[in-house]
Amino acid sequence: MYTSTLTNRRSFIKKMAVLSAMTAAATMFPGIMFADEQERNLPKSGNLDWKKAPCRFCGVGCGVLVGVEKGKAVAVKGDPKSTVNKGLCCVKGYHSVMAMYGKDRLKHPLVKKNGKYVKTSMKEALDLIASKMQETIKDYGKNAVSIYGSGQWTIPDGYVASKLFKGCIGTNNVEANARLCMASAVTGFLTSFGSDEPMGCYEDIDHADVFVLWGNNMAEMHPVLFSRLLDQRLKRGVKIIDFATRTTRTSMAADKSILFKPNTDLAVANAICYEIIRNGWVNTSFVEKHCSLSKGLTNMGYGLEDKYSFKDKPEKIDFEAYKKFLEDYTPEKVEKIAGVSAKDIKYMASYYGDPNTKVMSLWCMGMNQHTRGTWINNLVYNIHLLTGKISTPGNSPFSLTGQPSACGTVREVGTLTHKLPHGVVMNKAHREHAAKIWDVPVENIDPKPSLHTVEMFRALDRGDLRFMWIQVTNPMVTMPKLKRYRDATKKEGRFIVVSDIYPTPTTDIADVILPSAMWIEREGMYGNSERRTQYFEQMVQPPGEAMSDTWQLIEVARRMGFEKQFAYKEETHIEEIYNEYRRHHEGKKHGMAPLEVLKSQPGAMWPYVDGKSTQWRFNSTYDPACSNGEDFHFYGKPDGKAVIWQRPYEPAPEEPDAEFDFWLCTGRVVEHWHSGSMTRRIPVLHRAMPEGYVELHPADAKRMQIRTGDLVKLTTRRGSMKIPAAVNQRGVPVKGQVFVPFFDENILINDLTLDAFCPISKQPDYKKCAVKVEKA
Amino acid sequence: MTIVIEIPAFMSVIYPCIKKTIKMPIKSYLAHPHHGKKMELYQTLSALSKCEVIPAENKDLLILVTDTDSSSEEDRLQEKLQAIDSMKLLAMVSGFNTTKN
Repeated sequence: MYTSTLTNRRSFIKKMAVLSAMTAAATMFPGIMFADEQERNLPKSGNLDWKKAPCRFCGVGCGVLVGVEKGKAVAVKGDPKSTVNKGLCCVKGYHSVMAMYGKDRLKHPLVKKNGKYVKTSMKEALDLIASKMQETIKDYGKNAVSIYGSGQWTIPDGYVASKLFKGCIGTNNVEANARLCMASAVTGFLTSFGSDEPMGCYEDIDHADVFVLWGNNMAEMHPVLFSRLLDQRLKRGVKIIDFATRTTRTSMAADKSILFKPNTDLAVANAICYEIIRNGWVNTSFVEKHCSLSKGLTNMGYGLEDKYSFKDKPEKIDFEAYKKFLEDYTPEKVEKIAGVSAKDIKYMASYYGDPNTKVMSLWCMGMNQHTRGTWINNLVYNIHLLTGKISTPGNSPFSLTGQPSACGTVREVGTLTHKLPHGVVMNKAHREHAAKIWDVPVENIDPKPSLHTVEMFRALDRGDLRFMWIQVTNPMVTMPKLKRYRDATKKEGRFIVVSDIYPTPTTDIADVILPSAMWIEREGMYGNSERRTQYFEQMVQPPGEAMSDTWQLIEVARRMGFEKQFAYKEETHIEEIYNEYRRHHEGKKHGMAPLEVLKSQPGAMWPYVDGKSTQWRFNSTYDPACSNGEDFHFYGKPDGKAVIWQRPYEPAPEEPDAEFDFWLCTGRVVEHWHSGSMTRRIPVLHRAMPEGYVELHPADAKRMQIRTGDLVKLTTRRGSMKIPAAVNQRGVPVKGQVFVPFFDENILINDLTLDAFCPISKQPDYKKCAVKVEKA
Repeated sequence: MTIVIEIPAFMSVIYPCIKKTIKMPIKSYLAHPHHGKKMELYQTLSALSKCEVIPAENKDLLILVTDTDSSSEEDRLQEKLQAIDSMKLLAMVSGFNTTKN
């Protein structure tokens, strides 16, 4: 237990409380002063050793200071030097270190023998994994093995995984759970701009006048950033508009809440564009200089069948054709589709259209977990491109990310089947670039993408895939249409390795369980939503034989004969790997900061050029990569122009009908991190939100005589389950919709969800399927 | 293990359920007065037992630190705080779990 060296501990704690308040006040009111006698004698840090790290949990990437005493992490506070959170932190962040000290932490490898897990040595477990992988490749070919990682992988974890599988083994069967959370954001960026990740940064919050949240419960999912919005409202009177399918804490805190029918955000976005053009609010010079217009294929399907494939065929169009297309999306017509009044559509359009109002659009899972996820990303960019409100401070379409390194590891390192650290496997020059740095023959890198996440689990079911290594993720809670994929893992001839820190439903299906070192028990880096790479040192020892995922992969790679490519020294391997990784991104468009810079400050944003982070890409005032002599240069596209996409509204693959008459939407809660395997082991968070529930609209609940706590039977075409009801509690869905959080492994709501996905991004839609609702 | 729990200002909007479940005998807040009511708020808070008040010298803001002995005393104090007319917003910043010496 932490005890101060002062004799009067309570007095000391009170002084700490004053110090915390003064720090928060100074963050919110720069220059604020208190009387000298009040600031005197305040404690500095007790006898704790405070070290900086990015938070372990969400994609905001808050800087935290971790207090270490006698080899144990005992305290957390927001890092006042971090420009991300300015000393603030959310409830998960403040309890993050407690996630390391659960009673059932995995400390030793376990190998399944005769149906029972047997404790074994790390050497024996790693030997077994390497030999099983080699045996599988010999019997079934290199594309029968795979790795499924995570946006919670550190950058070195993902890098060595990609190098081993793509560069050495020669399979593109590398995926990560970020496919489930931000793949549509990636394809949205690539199709609109030719370059992934937001052009702006969190500083946009300090400049914007209006914030439009597109299906984004920011108060619960990105609470520190949302607190920055609320702070700006107190200081500058900014407006917050919540545009969603469910009333949440974000809606309650917003200035205006607008509800829409599921999937119709596509129609509303087009209606806003219609209004912008009809009212003459188009920034004509910006559009003429910096934009082109295209349309793609429609009626693409939903990926419901195995081995589904789709390739878009973009076709250039002119502005008149686009204008004609939008005539189907007048506010009055869209009111009937979306259930949003024409007045509210015009209200939103008026803010985007006002040249004197700076607008920031923010979104996350609502737009990305969408069977037309790429399209809705394109359409929100259209609004910003038509008005020229982009790449300038406060004018910012901003895709928020869910996980601490979904950007840093999955998108930038490229741990998706089609990706390389720089570029894509389909591109010969990109393959040559990677092969040279990896020191492997270029022929090793397969030019064809293989299995995206849903298809990877389908391949496991079919038997096309025989070996899967899962690290830092819990797919036996999070995969849609879960039962099919859980059953797949139990089939004969499948070998599953799971690296994690606690027992989960995913370790339950493993043949080998490896205990992993978590977060500050090892050294690493994360990359957050604003292109910021942040370093953390090893602060405490991992328990038992727990080992970092990076080193697990290196050990197996060496056992498989790739000693040359993985000749890193144990004491310096993170530095060696990061320096090697930086070589992939050299140049003005994606240069990464040197490690010594990351060690000395709370991160740096790429492109990092001439010792400086780039805050606003594509704007020549801020971005050294702009080279066309104009104010803006969308250099991700060969013609230097961003694309305004003609994309229609199309319905969801499964909508309510006579038998299954409700929408089912799933999501998260503020207290728990994703599948709850860490936060449910933190007592205060578990007590605050102990179990899953189903939210109903009060009118629906009254009609069915359901009260809070009553059991409700939910049935979809995939199965059924009983869940306690919540009426007028945390959130309120629209009539005809129910909402279930997915954090509770005892209520596996994904047994009911549908594995339909966006044909372009291959990201599943967890927000919409048809469900029957009955009082149990 | 004692974890320092600091909840940022404005989070009272976002975390009402958390406030109910964490027992924090020592808390600090940022107290925002209504326009022109800073001195009145300072005097009102200073008159309450178990409260220490530190006014900012150059901004309309006060720091409030409360130190209660029991849950019931904490609840009574919360009722008094919520009834203060001169206070526009009370945002909790930190809570410390501790024991008496």
